[in-house]
Amino acid sequence: MVVGFFLPQIQVNEMNLSSQQQRIVIIGNGMVGHHFVEQLINTKADCDITVLSGESRLAYDRVYLSSYFAGKTAEDLALTNEQTYQEWGVKAVTNAWVTNIDRTNKVVTTKEGTTYPYDKLVLATGSYPFVPPIPGNDQEHCLVYRTIEDLEAISASAAQSKVGVVVGGGLLGLEAANALKQAGLETHVVEFAPQLMAVQLDPMGGALLKDKIEALGVQVHTQKATEVIEAGESCRYRMKFGDGSVLETDLVLFSAGIRPSDQLGREFGLVVGERGGIVIDNQCKTSDPDIYAIGECALWDKRIYGLVAPGYAMARAAVADVTGEEGEFAGADMSTKLKLMGVEVGSIGDAHGRTPGALVYTYHNQPEGVYKKLVVDANKSLVLGAVLIGDTSDYDTLLQYALNSIELPATPEALILPSSGDKPLLGADALGDSATICSCHNVSKGDIVGAIDAGCCSLGDVKSSTKASTGCGGCTALLKNVVDSELEKRGVEVSKAICEHFNYTRQELYHLIQVEKIATFDELLTKHGKGLGCDICKPAAASIFASVWNDYILNKPHQPLQDTNDTYLGNMQKDGTYSIVPRVAGGEITPDKLILLGEIANEYKLYTKITGGQRIDLFGARVDQLPAIWQKLVAGGFETGHAYAKSLRTVKSCVGSTWCRYGVQDSVGQAIDLENRYKGLRAPHKIKFAVSGCTRECAEAQGKDIGIIATENGWNLYVCGNGGMKPRHADLFATDLDDVTLVKYIDRVLMFYAKTADRLQRTSVWMENLEGGLDYLKSVVIDDSLGICDELEAQMQHIADSYQCEWKTTIESPEALKRFRQFVNSDETDSNIQFVAEREQIRPATYAEKNAEKYAADKAIPVEIV
Amino acid sequence: MSTHMQAQAMPSAQWHDVCHIDDLVTNSGVCALVEGQQIAIFNIVQGGDKQYFAISNWDPVGHANVLYRGIVGTLQDKVVVASPLYKEHYELATGKCLEREDVSVQPFAVRIEQDRVLIEL
Ligand code: SRM
Ligand SMILES: Cc1cc2nc3c(=O)[nH]c(=O)nc-3n(C[C@H](O)[C@H](O)[C@H](O)COP(=O)(O)OP(=O)(O)OC[C@H]3O[C@@H](n4cnc5c(N)ncnc54)[C@H](O)[C@@H]3O)c2cc1C
Ligand code: SF4
Ligand code: FES
Repeated sequence: MVVGFFLPQIQVNEMNLSSQQQRIVIIGNGMVGHHFVEQLINTKADCDITVLSGESRLAYDRVYLSSYFAGKTAEDLALTNEQTYQEWGVKAVTNAWVTNIDRTNKVVTTKEGTTYPYDKLVLATGSYPFVPPIPGNDQEHCLVYRTIEDLEAISASAAQSKVGVVVGGGLLGLEAANALKQAGLETHVVEFAPQLMAVQLDPMGGALLKDKIEALGVQVHTQKATEVIEAGESCRYRMKFGDGSVLETDLVLFSAGIRPSDQLGREFGLVVGERGGIVIDNQCKTSDPDIYAIGECALWDKRIYGLVAPGYAMARAAVADVTGEEGEFAGADMSTKLKLMGVEVGSIGDAHGRTPGALVYTYHNQPEGVYKKLVVDANKSLVLGAVLIGDTSDYDTLLQYALNSIELPATPEALILPSSGDKPLLGADALGDSATICSCHNVSKGDIVGAIDAGCCSLGDVKSSTKASTGCGGCTALLKNVVDSELEKRGVEVSKAICEHFNYTRQELYHLIQVEKIATFDELLTKHGKGLGCDICKPAAASIFASVWNDYILNKPHQPLQDTNDTYLGNMQKDGTYSIVPRVAGGEITPDKLILLGEIANEYKLYTKITGGQRIDLFGARVDQLPAIWQKLVAGGFETGHAYAKSLRTVKSCVGSTWCRYGVQDSVGQAIDLENRYKGLRAPHKIKFAVSGCTRECAEAQGKDIGIIATENGWNLYVCGNGGMKPRHADLFATDLDDVTLVKYIDRVLMFYAKTADRLQRTSVWMENLEGGLDYLKSVVIDDSLGICDELEAQMQHIADSYQCEWKTTIESPEALKRFRQFVNSDETDSNIQFVAEREQIRPATYAEKNAEKYAADKAIPVEIV
Repeated sequence: MSTHMQAQAMPSAQWHDVCHIDDLVTNSGVCALVEGQQIAIFNIVQGGDKQYFAISNWDPVGHANVLYRGIVGTLQDKVVVASPLYKEHYELATGKCLEREDVSVQPFAVRIEQDRVLIEL
């Protein structure tokens, strides 16, 4: 495919002859090739740029490739697009795999036979994954991890697999293992070396990392040489190892290192290293002065650099040389900090202490799984390297010591010992102007200060002006420190504001509302905000009003604050209709109520489904039908289920001692009581409970914000778990509680959460961000360390006492009912809402179906006006 | 009381009487059906100042008639509504989408006459 305003080659030649433009052709549009183009455009040099991308798309962010599994799309990962290149006047061709370089006539040819003449040629062909020569490595479901297409293949294969093995326990291998685990596979890592991440970590660090990763459910097998991949018994394949052991798996993912894509260099006579890589000098020139090589295909001082930051530095050096400026590549730092499956890992410089005379300090805290090693020079004056596992909070400081050769304090060990109070902190101020903050984009502290002097007044401004922290992201925390500290020096208050209308955090707004007894958004805005508000601060304020005052949420002043779901007391679906979820406390429901739900669904032709929260959802109600439907539900004894609100959703229960032969307490009764106590509570995010009648845990209480498990003597309370995007098991909070104490503790935990959490922060993240975490929460709730427990209980009692069913109040108020009209001037209904039949129920017609007249006429169920 | 006017010269545009101003909801939207077209009408009160806006009710991203049910507010002094489906912001005065250049909604002129709301299309 040809994109950009690509002109036939001969014309380009003729044009160039007259304009004397330098023709620059870049082979490969990976991260580094793209950076080269971007930097070249920034110089405004007059040249004719052609990009030949071997992939089917233009450059994308390979560093964040794994986020594809977390829902990011190819579009989200894109670093550029056709339009941008077009605006820059860059010709970009995708699927253009270069197969020939004619160095004499200075022309390259793609596999389709298209030719591109150049004055300067840049090889940015990157690398490819190394697949060890194991018999059977070329079968289906034997995959690699490098491109978006690779990830698509992995997803497809994982969907038909139960077990997955990653071959290679390096940085990328562990990232790949995480992806397999998230895809729900039983995951194994097979490593040839005796330890994980052998390049970056010492054996002790590697061993600790292995323990941690195994604790997360990934099995690690070190010192295993795979000999063959053959047909399996319980799985698709069986891997046989050198020591005779075997491992059954459905999917094999190779991540055993990378090899430079240096074929073009090899075939067309450029000097190539013994073990691969196109040899370059400090200007990134190859042995042909008109050809440069940058990124992972280049070999500098006998080294291949497999990270973006050095590749970017090479791109900048090559751009400087092409445009006649000075600049050179002088090697690069390979330090890394990352979180692998939630385990913090950091490696700086000479992690193995191989420098002659190097001395080592270590700190090992086995119970907490923290290991830190500091490597210093013989004089104990400079940091040479470091390894950090389990806690990388010292990384930024140590890296600055290492990179900027900062003199060590008299007791270097203080740098890695847990905070004893007198830790010599290397704040942003201790750094000199030349200190590198972001190595990806070569941004120094001086550049940041300069950007702020030139008018940047937020982290976002500094990022877009200097590009700092837009590469690997490793410098994010340090950049924020420097920016905050510089802004504070200039008297700028650093904003933790919720949005542009209020200069406060959610917690501060909560205090203001409570202390000043503010009851409406207008009052809050007049006293403390500006503008009209927005879809961030309005719902946040509405939620605080509800937590503090518990007013009817559709009271006139609160109405415009709510998200549509709260305004119409239902969840909006993709076609603009709503779902209806009546409360079914504890999941217990009478036959009469079941029949009523069925009758109503039949009458209004609603789609019915059992939810994951043990209740019944009715879908497809138009906004104008909601009041009539709820009238019937309320008359039949139902209440709103708050499925639309950031508030208590469901309290799931199991059968419990009443029926179940193992139950030791009445979990259903307890669940119903708890659901009824907390059902009106609005909070920063939704809250879910579950109660199990015994340790078999059929209600999955440990996956809930509040989980309760019956014991012989009472109830065990678990807090701050959730399912969802990032599942987290709840922590055991207290054991063998009686009913009264159980409710007391829950009152306190939830009210403390409602008061102090950030907007849209679930209990798990809230607790993890509390300084002191679970222990702190226990001290506040159980030991009353802040002396606020009485107040928290009183506030919760107020919420419970002032509960009202919002739907009951709504159907009794003619004023509120006025909002449930599609049109102010007509009784017609929304003609875009159309259904078709599927499995004997309705579903929304798709866009295509609605637009295909014929289809609509055949199958659409006429929507009666009821 | 100032009235927001939208210069929208359509060849055969006409003013349509839609509803009473009391049918509008302060700092929120309602929807009217005019000549078969769904129009979202907003009544914005900022300080003592009242402004009226009208845009097409069709959400071009979510493909549903829902814009009147979004939250209104300001973003850098532009009065906007956030789509209730996927939260893009549309500037009420121009119909421009702030997040995406490739979509927009049609704006309409609004006039208040003797407490009646008139829309031009
Ligand atoms: C209806 C239901 C699916 C079903 O048919 O089973 C459902 C439907 C929706 N869920 Fe859910 N979730 C449903 C149970 C769950 C569960 C299971 C559970 O509660 O046991 C989970 C995981 C457990 C948890 O939350 O910890 C769940 C995790 C989510 C999340 C992710 C939350 C997170 O912290 O990562 C979202 C997104 C959000 O809230 O921001 C979400 C959001 C949604 C929304 C509101 C998405 C949306 O904005 O449209 C869906 C509303 C549909 C509707 O109109 O009713 N839903 N959702 C379930 C309703 C249960 C109920 O009776 O109230
Ligand atoms: C999953 C993953 C995670 C990573 N995480 C990190 C990280 O956290 N930090 C970090 O610093 N680095 C990380 N990396 C490494 C980083 O992505 C690479 O260093 C960087 O992408 C190298 O860029 P490049 O342009 O040299 O090569 P590439 O991005 O590989 O681009 C080379 C391009 O050239 C094309 N090409 C090759 N030969 C030809 C030809 N003959 N004709 C036309 N086109 C050709 C290829 O198709 C490819 O598109 C990660 C890599 C992966 C895969
Ligand atoms: S998982 Fe929940 S949010 Fe996602 S589609 Fe299903 S119901 Fe909707
Ligand atoms: S160091 Fe990689 S983004 Fe700054």
